[in-house]
Amino acid sequence: MTDIVIRADRLGKRYLIGHKAKPERYTALRDVLTRSASRFLRGAFDVALGRQLIAGDELEEFWALKEVSFELERGDVVGIVGRNGAGKSTLLKVLSRITDPTCGRVEIRGRLASLLEVGTGFHPELTGRENIYLNGAILGMKRIEIDRKFDEIVAFAEVEKFLDTPVKRYSSGMYVRLAFAVAAHLEPEILVVDEVLAVGDAEFQKKCLGKMKDVAGQGRTVLFVSHNLAAVKALCNRGLLLANGRVVLDGSVDAVVKQYLNTSDAAHSISFVATATRPAITAIAVNGEALVNRDLIVDIQFASPRPLSTAVGGIVLRADTGEPVWGSNSRFHPSRSRVNGMSHGVLRCEVRRLPIRPGRYSLSAWLGDWHEDYDARIDVLNFAIGEDDAHRLLPPASAVGHLDWPAEWGTATSEAFHLPEPCRAIL
Amino acid sequence: MHVLEATLSERNYWSDLWNYRELFAILAWRDIAVRYKQTIIGVAWAVIRPLLTVVIFTVIFGKLVKLPSNGGVPYPILVFAGMLPWFLFSSVLSEASSSLINNANLIGKVYFPRLIVPASAGVVALVDFVINLAIFFGLMAWYGYAPSWHVVFLPVFIGFAVIASLGPALYITALNVKYRDVRYAIPFVIQFGLYVSPVGFSSDIIPSDMRFWYSLNPVVGVIDGFRWCLLGGESQIYPPGLFASIGVAGFMMWFGLRYFRRTERAFADLI
Repeated sequence: MTDIVIRADRLGKRYLIGHKAKPERYTALRDVLTRSASRFLRGAFDVALGRQLIAGDELEEFWALKEVSFELERGDVVGIVGRNGAGKSTLLKVLSRITDPTCGRVEIRGRLASLLEVGTGFHPELTGRENIYLNGAILGMKRIEIDRKFDEIVAFAEVEKFLDTPVKRYSSGMYVRLAFAVAAHLEPEILVVDEVLAVGDAEFQKKCLGKMKDVAGQGRTVLFVSHNLAAVKALCNRGLLLANGRVVLDGSVDAVVKQYLNTSDAAHSISFVATATRPAITAIAVNGEALVNRDLIVDIQFASPRPLSTAVGGIVLRADTGEPVWGSNSRFHPSRSRVNGMSHGVLRCEVRRLPIRPGRYSLSAWLGDWHEDYDARIDVLNFAIGEDDAHRLLPPASAVGHLDWPAEWGTATSEAFHLPEPCRAIL
Repeated sequence: MHVLEATLSERNYWSDLWNYRELFAILAWRDIAVRYKQTIIGVAWAVIRPLLTVVIFTVIFGKLVKLPSNGGVPYPILVFAGMLPWFLFSSVLSEASSSLINNANLIGKVYFPRLIVPASAGVVALVDFVINLAIFFGLMAWYGYAPSWHVVFLPVFIGFAVIASLGPALYITALNVKYRDVRYAIPFVIQFGLYVSPVGFSSDIIPSDMRFWYSLNPVVGVIDGFRWCLLGGESQIYPPGLFASIGVAGFMMWFGLRYFRRTERAFADLI
């Protein structure tokens, strides 16, 4: 018998969604009446049978999970990645028994605790102390277990002074710290975690990540969903890539992250049909993996009906708020190698550690020579640069701009102002 | 080992419920604690509400309409003995009916047997009931009126009241997850039920040929039972009516529980 703790076998989860029928050109009262009547009858029928009532005229099946099979061994720390709507959260909900699968089966060996949200069940009117017990019980801890870890939880959350204050008076940071502290002291054999590390300040995040590493190090099995790929890479030894409800890749975390960045986000590369008459951009690709570290590596593939003596490439990054943020071309930043009569080839632009705020940017590319524009593709790629930094609580980019550059603050003497004499007398 | 499957019948449903008893206790405690936080007079609400209702009903039915009491029982005691189970019934019904919606965030994020939620809401109603019961005994002492040995059967009828209210409440709260407009019917049903049930008057005034049919309202059996327990020999029980009430309440409990368990698994998808 191998040490398999979770075995999912052809798991499927179906939802029914309703659509409105396409409006007809002419609306006849007769049609409206028959449609309303049929809708009413269907509704009444559904109510009578105790079925789900769905708005809309046409029903469509939607498979949030389909044919999902995998096996997890004891001690596996698995990162589940995929785009929004890929089925990650549905999978976690099925595993934590919140919702039932439509088909397939899962075998789970051992106590499973799920952490789909920080502070589930916290009640604002109750004090910190009361909420620790409440939340602990909701997460599946026994009362003696909470008693035993109470001090540890309080110390971890750094809320000793406010234990008997209702949590509605807590700052949001304290609230989150307390909530995570309770969750962090769960000791299940299998832990299912959904995107909960994206809270708190940077220091607390580091602490949380450390705690998660401890949990993983104790031979527990952890399933971890996150968009924070750096955290996934740091924590997990295995990865599951989901797309459209299916497992696309089940392998090492590096392979999964790489494939996720390269394929699932189709906006990392794009190709065009070349025109036969003039030099043109045939493809643009961005190295998705490098973007995580804010390194921008862009390849511009070009083709030309005639050999080119020079080819100048250019790129512009535009923020999702619309304004251009940064750009470069090989006129200003001359290329190390020349094109020298190629009729097709690749121009590569590499930028290390772009000092811009993490976020979504779009890329435009341009091709020309010293005198002439050949081709321009505006905003054809759209991708995220850097790790999500929502936790840093910076002012929004719309207020302070997109540059991310450190500053040093301290105190200084007022001498620096060189105030005129009368003022100085007053001081 | 735990197996999750689409068609798996829940064999260990009741043992699972037992395993989650601590959560049940803590949720009930939470509801009670929250109820009396940030209130000015706190527990006094539980005292004022029944007392005022007793006064109003005594004035209207006892003094103005001049309905007869049971034997020599003072009219306020008669009304209060009917109101105890009525308040228990109506508060279990209203608290439990909205309980799933009120705990939507829990249901979407954590697994536990969903039955815990309406049940713990019912516990809050029981706490209020105990306070009311204490007031009732105070009122009896005031009138110098002692209950007979029948009072030992009171727990049985308390259980009956809880079952009679929990049955419909389970059905309604499960239905409420799908159709949010169901909850608007509850205050109406409760207001209506207060006058239809023998709260302000004795069920002896119902014509005897109608009494069996009247007892199909399970609250009638509950209230008659309470009066029989608390008012000693002065209030007689009408056995066919009592059995009819028990039958109806039992059926509703079975039906509500069945519906609840059948729809329980889809709550998280619908809520």
